[in-house]
Amino acid sequence: MSGTFVGMPAFPKAARDAVRNPTLRGNLRHATHTIRAKRARAVAELDDWSALREAGRRIKDHTLRHLDRYLLQLEESVTAAGGTVHWAADADDANRIVTQLVKETGESEVVKVKSMATQEIGLNEALLEAGIRAYETDLAELIVQLGKDRPSHILVPAIHRNRGEIRDIFRAEMGEWGRPAPEGLTDTPAELAEAARLHLREKFLRAKVGISGANFMVAETGTLVVVESEGNGRMCLTLPETLISVVGIEKVVPAWRDLEVFLQTLPRSSTAERMNPYTSTWTGTTDDDGPRTFHLVLLDNGRTDTLADQVGRQALRCIRCSACLNVCPVYERAGGHAYGSVYPGPIGAILSPQLRGTAGEIDASLPYASSLCGACYEVCPVAIDIPEVLVHLRERVVEGGPAVRQGNKVMLKPAKGHAAERAAMRAARWAFTHPGALRTGQRLASRTRRLHPRTLPGPGKAWSGTRDLPPLPAEPFRDWWQRTRGGKGDAK
Amino acid sequence: MRVALFLTCVNDTLYPDTGRAVVKLLTRLGVDVDFPLGQSCCGQAHYNTGYRHGAEPLARHFSDVFGGYEAIVTPSASCGAMVRELYPRMGDRARAEGRGDSLARTLAPVVPKTYELTEFLVDVLGVTDVGASYPHKVTYHPTCHGLRSLGLGDRPRRLLQAVKGLELVELPGAEECCGFGGTFAVKNAEVSAAMGADKVRSAESTGAQVLCAADNSCLMHLGGTMSRLRTAMRPVHIAEILASTEEEPAA
Repeated sequence: MSGTFVGMPAFPKAARDAVRNPTLRGNLRHATHTIRAKRARAVAELDDWSALREAGRRIKDHTLRHLDRYLLQLEESVTAAGGTVHWAADADDANRIVTQLVKETGESEVVKVKSMATQEIGLNEALLEAGIRAYETDLAELIVQLGKDRPSHILVPAIHRNRGEIRDIFRAEMGEWGRPAPEGLTDTPAELAEAARLHLREKFLRAKVGISGANFMVAETGTLVVVESEGNGRMCLTLPETLISVVGIEKVVPAWRDLEVFLQTLPRSSTAERMNPYTSTWTGTTDDDGPRTFHLVLLDNGRTDTLADQVGRQALRCIRCSACLNVCPVYERAGGHAYGSVYPGPIGAILSPQLRGTAGEIDASLPYASSLCGACYEVCPVAIDIPEVLVHLRERVVEGGPAVRQGNKVMLKPAKGHAAERAAMRAARWAFTHPGALRTGQRLASRTRRLHPRTLPGPGKAWSGTRDLPPLPAEPFRDWWQRTRGGKGDAK
Repeated sequence: MRVALFLTCVNDTLYPDTGRAVVKLLTRLGVDVDFPLGQSCCGQAHYNTGYRHGAEPLARHFSDVFGGYEAIVTPSASCGAMVRELYPRMGDRARAEGRGDSLARTLAPVVPKTYELTEFLVDVLGVTDVGASYPHKVTYHPTCHGLRSLGLGDRPRRLLQAVKGLELVELPGAEECCGFGGTFAVKNAEVSAAMGADKVRSAESTGAQVLCAADNSCLMHLGGTMSRLRTAMRPVHIAEILASTEEEPAA
């Protein structure tokens, strides 16, 4: 699977590939179940988990409520520390800013870490158009990039690949991008890791420009924080002469002390670790240590529009831990690519249709990519009520309504293709508020039950294609009740 | 106590046996059960598919029909969750839309009086041994709304364990969704069917003859899957097990 997320089919169609691919389903099932069990153990170790979860929710809500203030404070702190802040309203803005900054260095190569925000805006493609090659340095991102593939998980972007596939990708592609894979590379984890290490080490030592994202930004001090497991982040953040960080505006927290909460909840929720191996923090520039130039690109790209939505704004609390993906039964079967975004799983199903709007086919289908089982809400370390937002977005899809787009209040029209459903819902509402009509319908269905087909026409075909219908009873309950008054009357 | 049975539209139409079982069980326990004939649907299908405004008249209708009773009992965790969790939210949303308190005031009386069947038995009647007999090997699927929205906890298991002759076996991965999800089962049929098939296989692995739950909608999806996969198991609603006695055994 190659290319970008643009032009993706709607979720049910996109999910079909994964549902019908036993290798992929096996890979996903194994990975999500392993990490799910480990997360549960890591969380159970803390007796104050629910207090931490509540604290995280409050810090994020407070920050979002005063986002303007904290972002201005952040800009002031970063500038005072020797950095430069750029404001990007959308993807084009951000790509233009970053491309210009790299061009000014005269370099044609960059190394990258924590690249989710840059994938959201398609930065690598924009840089390539300007003749600049971007190298992903996270092991999983490297696998995805070499495989001309797309990430399918927030934390483990190559979760859909197994070891054998990774070995094949390394053997075939590494030479094109730099140091080739060693002769006779096998699929043992140690050999694969060593091959990646050697390949990446050359990139780190050569690169003059680094591009990063960040997990948090501290308004009070102008500090950015990257939490990672491999050490590639520290390499990217310290070795280049120029560092450009592209970060979503919702990643700001007011003060250094707020990190105490998230540095406990994030690793336990994501990798099931008590503490992640590398936590790097950087504040502006320092003489003779680390990058000499630091740029922070603050990315909006639909975030303030999301903030304007009373129900949907809670999605901006997300700290990208991926606990919701690992526990989601739909993600487990459908795979990450079906969500058509760098943000897959339950959080992606509520984030993408808000950041991008519900006008596109895939975005209009994402709010329905859930059975509303609630497992995602249960594990979310910042208590995002994902099912609530899903239903809210379904309402937007079928009914339209007021929303904010690019800062302007608009009235959204219902998405196309729901006319028949809307009519059926209206008919059902009428029947359900007219019990006489409902009773007549039930009687009719029961009396004609021998004539009913085993498979359903229209949308019902999707049901009867894989499951048998229950037989209709000879008598609906209400008729029995009227006949017998609950067994007390004449039962004859 | 004036107790109303809210059977739900699905059970009324497709699973009248469950309704008869609830009446039999509650009557045996000395409860005077009424079935208000004006009842229809709680509006969950509308609400969860995105037709919140279409669900409002159904919620108002529910309140009109059931408002006068001391307790409303339903053999559906899902529809119970609609009333208890989502009716208050509908009232809040109407208020946020500048439509005042009318909806919230109309719905408020039924919210705390609505009980899922096992809650009513354990919390209100204070019984766990309902005098049932059901000599079969049973595994219990907790269903998402029962588990997470209503927090039924171990109530259904305690009730089942007290049933004479019943052997209760644990369902591996019990807390995972069966894949029904209302209109999800149609809109994302392939994923839904894959989830259902996995749930059925995991239920089969217990060696139980019966898969039991507190929601016929989940059981309809799982039963339809069992039938297609030609499994020897059958789906049975918990009310039918609890209503079963030595004199009048359920199938």
